[in-house]
Amino acid sequence: MRREGSAFAGLGVVTLKELSDHMTGMRMIVMEWLVVLLALGVVYTGIQQIRQVSAEDPFLFLRLFTRAGEGLPSFVSVLSFLVPLVAIGIGFDLVSSERSQRTLSRILSQPIYRDALLFGKYLGGLITIIIMLVALWLLVIGLGILTLGLPPGPEEVARALAMLVVTIVYAGVWLGLALLFSIVFRSPATAAFVALGLWLFFTVLWPLLAPYAAAPFVSETVQTPGDLLTQISVLQAFARVSPGSLFGEIVGVLLDPTVRSTQQPLLASLGLVLLQPGSIPGAPLPLVQSLLVVWPQIVAMIAGAILLFVIGYVTFQRQEVRA
Amino acid sequence: MSEETVIEAAGLTKTYGEAVAVDHISFKVGRGEIFGLLGPNGAGKTTTILMLLGLTEISSGEVRVLGHNPAREPLSVKRVVGYLPDTVGFYDHLTAADNLHYTARLIGFTKDVREKKIAEALDRVGLAEQAEKRVGTFSRGMRQRLGLAEILMKGAQIAILDEPTTGLDPHATSELLGIIRAFKSEGVSVLLSSHMLERVQSVCDRVALFSGGKIALMGTVPELGRQVLGGGYVVDIEADGAGLADRLALIPGVSGVERTGIGKLRLHSDRDVRPEAAAEVVAMQGRLKYLGVQEASLEAIYTRYFESMAQERSGVKDGERHAA
Ligand SMILES: Nc1ncnc2c1ncn2[C@@H]1O[C@H](COP(=O)(O)OP(=O)(O)OP(=O)(O)O)[C@@H](O)[C@H]1O
Ligand SMILES: [Mg+2]
Repeated sequence: MRREGSAFAGLGVVTLKELSDHMTGMRMIVMEWLVVLLALGVVYTGIQQIRQVSAEDPFLFLRLFTRAGEGLPSFVSVLSFLVPLVAIGIGFDLVSSERSQRTLSRILSQPIYRDALLFGKYLGGLITIIIMLVALWLLVIGLGILTLGLPPGPEEVARALAMLVVTIVYAGVWLGLALLFSIVFRSPATAAFVALGLWLFFTVLWPLLAPYAAAPFVSETVQTPGDLLTQISVLQAFARVSPGSLFGEIVGVLLDPTVRSTQQPLLASLGLVLLQPGSIPGAPLPLVQSLLVVWPQIVAMIAGAILLFVIGYVTFQRQEVRA
Repeated sequence: MSEETVIEAAGLTKTYGEAVAVDHISFKVGRGEIFGLLGPNGAGKTTTILMLLGLTEISSGEVRVLGHNPAREPLSVKRVVGYLPDTVGFYDHLTAADNLHYTARLIGFTKDVREKKIAEALDRVGLAEQAEKRVGTFSRGMRQRLGLAEILMKGAQIAILDEPTTGLDPHATSELLGIIRAFKSEGVSVLLSSHMLERVQSVCDRVALFSGGKIALMGTVPELGRQVLGGGYVVDIEADGAGLADRLALIPGVSGVERTGIGKLRLHSDRDVRPEAAAEVVAMQGRLKYLGVQEASLEAIYTRYFESMAQERSGVKDGERHAA
């Protein structure tokens, strides 16, 4: 059955309203300060390290994102940890708050479709996160220029931008999840609790559990390099269930031009070097090549975000308006 | 008032799994008419309203709202219908005006139109002073009025109000009913559900009495009175004059005379006997202080109807004892 009019009538209005709610809300201000202070803190300690160690590094600027002081997480680790938290903080009550404030039926009795309301809420939340991430990104670059005393090269800027985009997609996955929970659970407390539980599971527990989960699927005996690569692939496949691991894998490749395969860091931890025909180990890859290496992972993450949104969308369409 | 129909429902049905919330109901609402939905909790009033608005799926049956099908053309319907939900909510952190601005943008009004309409609407419901206050500070009655302001601003041709008077004090209720009457005078049709029977009676042109998802009775209040309470009339009279009661009892059609106070009499009759009663008093050279016929009250109709339903039901169960 064809529906009359555009599904997106009112989309812009909803998006702007959501955006202004987030930007002026106390919750977002607190989260922004938390993220900015933590992230800048680790970048600052990272800079001290970089200055001591690697003065002749050709990709010095990218180290800003991946290095940190002794015992501290890097900037990307902080992002991988905090971005889900911000997305959950924004999304866990997006729809349930309309129900608890009893505004849902009144708003849906205006000439708009539910599509516009839901998509507008998602977009408003995502744009809020984008603004925060872009500001943070600029701050880090600025801090780098000031302290290292040199501007980043075009290649470095391009890679840093690619990282920014991937971080936004990563945020989109968690926002989609939070939005879904705000639809499924009528109580915002339940939604927040379940979302945070999942976040803890994926960031803390899953990295520890994944090898055990993968154990039945890997062969015990490793005889050839091929066996080893297969084993690593299986382990990775399980680790990738966690969006955080996927994110780490992607930015690990994007921010380090010498990484030629997502398996390289794992091999390196075993003291091995991956040799590919016609390539010199340690020689930097062009950005396009790096992107190709993690393209499937990027696509998977985008697909994940879309899938979560679609599940939420379908659930919302079928729900009754009244409580 | 023209005879034009603005809402037309035929065989409208809503089922939740096995449960039937609304069961093949049919009704029409004309332009400028105030139509009341009455009935006990869970009778299906809200469900009916949601189906009219296209906010819940229709299981079977047909609805036309100003010629549009709410399931196929929800936007056309929602453009001309204003809705006040049973518990209306606004964004507490926004001001009254900002809340309406948001709705007005969703409707698609331009900025100038918005400013003008919102100021007018808030003024009409008496919230002009509070326009810049946050809705979080509003009382229930103020929220209710803000909800009506939204419908006014929208310029709706049909206003659907779900229990608009619940939780309001008598003064706020009268004010609200005043606004509802104003809707009517502007040719806006009003469909309202309520439990406050006396109040509903005072504004509604016609009512539908819901019971278990069906419309049990429908019509004007006097019509329902005749159906439920029988054809009897009750005429109250206050006059002095010795032996008046005996003379009134002789009027054809009067079945009984009752003394209700000093100089007060109540006549039970099968027709309106006010003219004859007045003539008798005058003939006796008495002084007539009051003469009135009791309107059938919705309260009485409602109570009597559901009592008789309950009796019928228990009568089915143990007919023996009741018959004895
Ligand atoms: N989502 C739902 N799932 C199952 N049954 C429902 C649902 N919503 C409503 N009902 C049932 O539909 C019936 C009609 O409910 P409705 O809210 O329309 O009644 P109402 O006349 O508005 O009552 P009230 O005066 O209490 O507002 C009730 O029996 C209710 O239990
Ligand atoms: Mg109801």
